[in-house]
Amino acid sequence: MLVSILHRVAGSGLATVGLGILTWWLVALARGPEAYATVQQAAAHPLGLVVLIGLTWAFFQHLLSGIRHLVMDSGAGFELGVNKTFAVLTIIGAALLTAATWFWILGGRA
Amino acid sequence: MSLGNSASPLGKVRGIGSGHHGGDHWLTERATSIALLLLGVWLLASLLFLPALDVRTLTEWLRAPSGGVPMVLFVITAFRHGLDGLKVVVDDYVHDEGNRFALNLILLFAAVGGGALALWALAKIIFGVNG
Repeated sequence: MLVSILHRVAGSGLATVGLGILTWWLVALARGPEAYATVQQAAAHPLGLVVLIGLTWAFFQHLLSGIRHLVMDSGAGFELGVNKTFAVLTIIGAALLTAATWFWILGGRA
Repeated sequence: MSLGNSASPLGKVRGIGSGHHGGDHWLTERATSIALLLLGVWLLASLLFLPALDVRTLTEWLRAPSGGVPMVLFVITAFRHGLDGLKVVVDDYVHDEGNRFALNLILLFAAVGGGALALWALAKIIFGVNG
């Protein structure tokens, strides 16, 4: 139940905020260094960082719970124990992958 | 209308709900999800492993077919999948038929418009003379 809701929340966020930022990023890149500097400033701002970390989490949560949905579409994984374990694993997995990604970015790049 | 017990299983369900194109929508959503599993991981990994994220590096990356082609595919697939997914949310939570139709139309326009804008930007990056 919770994972199903998270899947929708994360998916809706990716489709609106995520695709909006992707488009903004590409348009700025197409327009050249001045326009792109605005994107870089926004990304470095604490609020921008929160949005990007949020999107990273949404990406991993939606990806993992999406895999879960594909497995369940095939008719597998409906046993109560298996189903619950898989659901909890998507939450833990998404949190760990988000943390690992941002440790990599902030530790390796900055 | 009661059909009683003599109706065939098909006869009992015929005409009681919308058949339209639900099957196509369902399949497309799953096909694009598998494509995005690959393209999404590719995009994130590319961004994480590029030496820098400045205009020069990114333009060079997207001008090579190994960067530009998957990126075009990602934009098309992501906008399609996003549209399909948001439609499911709208169809589930907006019960008034008029509002639902209007909202789905707005979503369609936003997705096609946003996708076109992103593809235009990509074309300019890939084929542009500046940069």
